[in-house]
Amino acid sequence: MVSARNLSKRYDTRRIFDKVDIDLDEGGFLLVTGPNGAGKTTLLRVLAGLAAPTSGELVLPVRGEIGYLGHEPLVYKQLTPRENLTLFGRLYRVPDREQRIKALLERFALWDVRDKAVATFSRGMQQRLGLGRVLLHEPKLLILDEPFNALDTAGAALLDEELATRSRRAVVVATHDPGRVEGLATERLAFT
Amino acid sequence: MRYLSDVAALARKDLLLELRAKETIPAMLLFVLSALTIFHFAIPRGSSDVAALGLLWVAIVFTSLLGLTRAFVPEREQGLMDALIMAPCDRSTIWLAKTLSVIAFLGVAEVVALPAFTLFFSGLNLKTVAAVVLADIGIASVGTLTGAMAVAGNARELIQPLLFLPLSIPVIVGGIGASATAGPKFLLFLALYDAVFVLLSWAAFDFVAAEA
Ligand SMILES: Nc1ncnc2c1ncn2[C@@H]1O[C@H](COP(=O)(O)OP(=O)(O)OP(=O)(O)O)[C@@H](O)[C@H]1O
Ligand SMILES: [Mg+2]
Repeated sequence: MVSARNLSKRYDTRRIFDKVDIDLDEGGFLLVTGPNGAGKTTLLRVLAGLAAPTSGELVLPVRGEIGYLGHEPLVYKQLTPRENLTLFGRLYRVPDREQRIKALLERFALWDVRDKAVATFSRGMQQRLGLGRVLLHEPKLLILDEPFNALDTAGAALLDEELATRSRRAVVVATHDPGRVEGLATERLAFT
Repeated sequence: MRYLSDVAALARKDLLLELRAKETIPAMLLFVLSALTIFHFAIPRGSSDVAALGLLWVAIVFTSLLGLTRAFVPEREQGLMDALIMAPCDRSTIWLAKTLSVIAFLGVAEVVALPAFTLFFSGLNLKTVAAVVLADIGIASVGTLTGAMAVAGNARELIQPLLFLPLSIPVIVGGIGASATAGPKFLLFLALYDAVFVLLSWAAFDFVAAEA
């Protein structure tokens, strides 16, 4: 599903990462670790197709089959959860959109605030909505950058559960808390 | 038509955001009415109509610049361009939807500004109104493209006026020409400008939206 050979990224002359190889198939789970500024986010953005690698070969699923959650939840703050998910559901051609949105909002405990502006949400509620957004179209490649950020115990447990079901998809997670997903990882990449 | 329904979903989002925030249209209205008021007192009585019309076009271009610099604010502040360009729709739908919403905002501002102009200065002929409509299309197309460049690049605030204003000079020339001279020559010029820049922006958007 993901195949990278000699993948490198530079900003000007600064090497962010160099000659990275990745092979990830269905059911695969790549755990990316490293200190602040090591290049985790940069790698994940390259894998999401949001930034081009400086050199190397990269094979990715087509655009609509990737789900990327970055440091920001990537939702419109002035819109409500339902309006946000409806917009992305339309753009991603999600079948049974209404039901799927309802199920996700209920699952992430956002159903009661479905018609409130996201701007009024706490950071953790926004992160839950961000997770709902990336899961909405059932991506084949799920890329999560510090997904446990700001989540409470219940939210983190929901994410654990989601990450444990890996049929028909590959997962890439960057985190500062590798212990949390250690058991799930099939591949590891440690930046220094 | 997938393409059109994507454009509709995105444009609806822009209108919804403006309805909620109520920032862009009020700012444009305030700006264009202030500008016309200032011009009213600034140009001496008995000046030619052409002078007033010239100022109308200046007001329109700067009002649109105000709307255009705000056009991508929701996407820029929250990094949402990433979410949009990852969606499996044709990327030009993002440009088209944004252009349509800019035209709508500009239209609202002008529905107020043109009557105000006739009140302050002279009447408007039909050709001027037609020129304004044509100019809106060109301005919104080019401005949305340069706005997207500003989101993708780093020089953000500065790059939008820097790219947009020079590109809008033909619109001012065509607009004043259409208002002040007989014959359809300048309207055709504006229509040609629209055709060129609509096509160019539509085709180029994909390249400017994504980080290299
Ligand atoms: N657009 C850019 N231009 C230049 N340098 C950049 C750019 N984006 C990131 N960098 C640099 O690349 C390096 C890696 O950044 P990155 O965000 O990938 O780190 P990270 O591992 O995700 O860190 P964190 O744990 O803090 O999230 C940093 O030193 C950063 O300064
Ligand atoms: Mg990071």
